[in-house]
Amino acid sequence: MMDKVKKEHIVFGIIRLLSYASVFFLALLVGYIFIKGFKVISFRFLTDVPRNGITAGGIYPAILGTFYLVLVSFIFAVPLGVLSGIYIAEYTSDNTFARFLRLSVNMLSGIPSVVFGLFGLAIFVNKFCFGVSILSGGLTLGILILPTIIQATIEALKSVPYSFREASLGLGATKWQTIKHIVLPVGMPGILTGVILSVGRAAGETAPILFTAATFYTGRLPHSIFNEVMALPYLIYGLLTEGTFPDKQIPIAYGASTVLLLFVFALSFVAIVIRVKSRRMKKW
Amino acid sequence: MVKMKTENLKLWFGNKEILKGISMEIPQNSVVAIIGPSGCGKSTFLRSLNRMNDFIKGVRIEGRVYLDGKNIYDRDVNVFDLRKRVGMVFQKPNPFPKSIYENVAYGLRIHGMKDKRIIQQTVEESLKDANLWEEVKDKLFESAFSLSGGQQQRLCTARALAIKPEVILMDEPASALDPIATNRLEHLIEKLKKKYTIVIVTHNIQQAARISDYTAFLYMGELIEYGKTEVLFTAPKNKRTEEYIMGKFS
Repeated sequence: MMDKVKKEHIVFGIIRLLSYASVFFLALLVGYIFIKGFKVISFRFLTDVPRNGITAGGIYPAILGTFYLVLVSFIFAVPLGVLSGIYIAEYTSDNTFARFLRLSVNMLSGIPSVVFGLFGLAIFVNKFCFGVSILSGGLTLGILILPTIIQATIEALKSVPYSFREASLGLGATKWQTIKHIVLPVGMPGILTGVILSVGRAAGETAPILFTAATFYTGRLPHSIFNEVMALPYLIYGLLTEGTFPDKQIPIAYGASTVLLLFVFALSFVAIVIRVKSRRMKKW
Repeated sequence: MVKMKTENLKLWFGNKEILKGISMEIPQNSVVAIIGPSGCGKSTFLRSLNRMNDFIKGVRIEGRVYLDGKNIYDRDVNVFDLRKRVGMVFQKPNPFPKSIYENVAYGLRIHGMKDKRIIQQTVEESLKDANLWEEVKDKLFESAFSLSGGQQQRLCTARALAIKPEVILMDEPASALDPIATNRLEHLIEKLKKKYTIVIVTHNIQQAARISDYTAFLYMGELIEYGKTEVLFTAPKNKRTEEYIMGKFS
């Protein structure tokens, strides 16, 4: 029989190695995309419109389109999600209805994104007659990230110590005053982190905007929320599936992927900064 | 004069009877100490004096609690107004994660005070009343967490004083403090009783003897003995009171 200490070393060694695997895959993926992508990224790539059937020029319309889509989903989902989160965390007690509410939120977050796309097409594009547009796509993305924001809000509010609420209520504050002045400010970093990460998710999703907002190529920039737009994830998808000049278009897809990754990393970085800052302020 | 009075106050958490009919009077401008072993219901009793038990799920209350002759459990009582009149200092110092100034101003703001000058004045007065002003006057806008535990507890007292309560409930306010900070808090309580009526729950029997005018001994949800502190401590009528203050059980 192997001696215990040796066995422990071997087991830990394996576990450690496996835990490094995720770092390895991340580095590999990001490294590969960045190396390919930075070859094509230039000031012109970021600010020019696509030319010659997206074999030359830049990807500015797609960057702008993704920005608009994210903005609409943000405007729609953040107030709704945060308020729902406040309601569930603070105003429901542990009864059947509250459990049903929380279960619904969980199930919403488990729905595949392509189903959201189909739903968006049926409801926003057709039923509400918004057409294939920034509005339809933004709302669809908004519903997609809604459960994440609700869950982040619930988690953040639940982590606010009861002693703060008690102190406020003990001074004769109402429940809403307590939430507004004490609970929300204390939980805000957690909520913000959740919101920012979900925005990153919205920026990268392809399926929900596939039928609701995105177009592979359009010559003009959007001038209202009822226009269809180019978007980064869909551009990448299009270049790989519909491109007729792969040797010129695939590098552009790498460039677009790099821009998308940088955007998501920038958001994650902001979230990390908020978290670190709030941890430093946290003294209770 | 009687400031507060409970009449046959009973309280249940679920099926568990925590308070078994407590009747006692709390005279104005006095310090009433509530002593008793852990789990005897003394904190619960204290919290029923400003309805802080209302938040607990499955709580049921019977009997009456009078403040200036008015039952605070009556339907027409504004509970927010009640808590403004009957303030509270908690067991562990629990300042808000705000500045020292904002901690004290908070109560005024939530009760609708907008006048900056009055807020400023009240903050200063309250900090002075809580014997904290000299230590914090140069750093009013620093985080309340920069203060020591004892200072934090006096800040929480100042916060309670700022909304001009009539009664202050203190729930083992010194249990997290060192002896020096405890001493300062006790001095503060002595000073405060000139203006306020104070009910203090304490684990510390000596503390009750030092600072209170009246002492109530609670045991398993019942008021075993209640009377003037010097009488209760020198000539307790009940055997269990005697055993408890002699330290024979806790």
